[in-house]
Amino acid sequence: MTPERDLIAEIYADGWSRIVAIMIRLTRDWSLAEECTQDAFARALHTWPTSGVPDQPLAWLTTTARRRAIDRMRRAATEAAKLKEVAAAVEPQPPPYVRDSQIPDERLELMFTCCHPSLNLDAQVALTLRSLAGMSTAEIARAFLVPERTMGQRLFRAKQKVAHAGIPFRVPPAHLLPERLPAVLHVLYLLFNAGYGDPQKTRLCAEAIRLARVLTAAMPDEPEALGVLALMLLHDARQTTRVDAAGALVLLADQDRTQWNAAQIAEGAALCERALRRRRAGPMQLQAAIAACHATAPTAADTDWAQIAGLYAHLASLHPGPVVELNRAVAVSMADGPEAALPLIEAVAASGRLDDYHLLHATRADLLRRTGRAAEAADSYRAALRLAPTEAERSFLRGRLADLPPQS
Amino acid sequence: MRYLMLVCTDPTYRPDGDDGAPDVDDWVAEMDGKGIRLMGERVRPASDATTVRVRNREVLLTDGPYAETKDHIAGFDILECADLDEAIEVAAKHPMAWGGVIELRPFWPADED
Repeated sequence: MTPERDLIAEIYADGWSRIVAIMIRLTRDWSLAEECTQDAFARALHTWPTSGVPDQPLAWLTTTARRRAIDRMRRAATEAAKLKEVAAAVEPQPPPYVRDSQIPDERLELMFTCCHPSLNLDAQVALTLRSLAGMSTAEIARAFLVPERTMGQRLFRAKQKVAHAGIPFRVPPAHLLPERLPAVLHVLYLLFNAGYGDPQKTRLCAEAIRLARVLTAAMPDEPEALGVLALMLLHDARQTTRVDAAGALVLLADQDRTQWNAAQIAEGAALCERALRRRRAGPMQLQAAIAACHATAPTAADTDWAQIAGLYAHLASLHPGPVVELNRAVAVSMADGPEAALPLIEAVAASGRLDDYHLLHATRADLLRRTGRAAEAADSYRAALRLAPTEAERSFLRGRLADLPPQS
Repeated sequence: MRYLMLVCTDPTYRPDGDDGAPDVDDWVAEMDGKGIRLMGERVRPASDATTVRVRNREVLLTDGPYAETKDHIAGFDILECADLDEAIEVAAKHPMAWGGVIELRPFWPADED
């Protein structure tokens, strides 16, 4: 790779969505905006290696994209009035390209539009990856294990809906923000989780973190936005130690903490504290605080389980659900012993809502084992084994089952 | 932008007591006053509907609605809104959004394919 190509790749990662956002604002046509942004980058790849990278690369790309848009509209015989409007518009000026820019920018509008709740979640995710992360349809299709054609149709339908239904291209006004921001945070966290633990998909995690940085730079007073960034940084910092060289699952307690990314943990924990100081705790901040408790404990034995149990109780009051209750039971078992946690687990089991969730059975088995009820533990391990989705987890459960004391 | 607001009943939903749903006359007065509601009517239930088809130049009639759905159209309004966000706010203030279902359909402009 030539230095110019490296720089173009770097500018692409940051600049794609900014130019797409400017072109959408100008043309109101998502497909056209993407096509002419693509054209502008192709042109840069062609000319920059010989002519050198211009002083203002984003401005160069924006101007090129706008000329391409006018060309394409002319060829498609777009109505004269609209063409004139785009041609006459004041040259849009993107801010100068600065690495890791902290300037609030036009991507925010794009983010809220992509995550508009009138679009279904699959469409929100696909649009976000295409328009904001600049991933190709083929890449997105691979990440979500659907045929490229299906993903292409999904993107096409989503863009049609945005245009036809009158979804506004803007950051929602203050009175709508409390109901719209969670949708954006949800999509970012979903992207992160879709990439988590799969070395082939680390790009999804990186993009989710990058977009969360854009969001928090533009909305520094939204504690839940800080919370989602903190949460992702804290999980990402520990990503490499989750499985061993053979691909087997490594329990949190057994992970090599020296391999964790200390700088990222420090940043995540500081962000989490900054968010919580605003005294508007929300689900993202509480999950980040829990992740921070784990990530900042020098050893597994130092983990502050009582605080984690308290955070889960708070989370359950905001966001009641059986998975939160299950996690709370685990924390209580570590803080106060398995006897204290068993009634919580039995309540979750009695609700029947997690019957098909292997971790319910695995957790129950673990608590029963620790209270010396080996026969019941064995039954629960077997139930978990039947439901566990990965070989790494099944192999772990088989080991636990084999280690149980013999039953009479 | 113009939207057709279809107002439908939801026979599967029973609100628990008084859920504080707004009054329809207040809604009409507010939306007429703002110039958002261009027109609107209640319509008779599906049992009074007649479905018309022409097949091979023959007019075929069916007693009842064309689709077997759980939601039944109870009325409609035509809205003039800045964008979908405004239309959603307007629909959410209608009492039938609280006990029934409202569907928003953007108009298809005559100059677009």
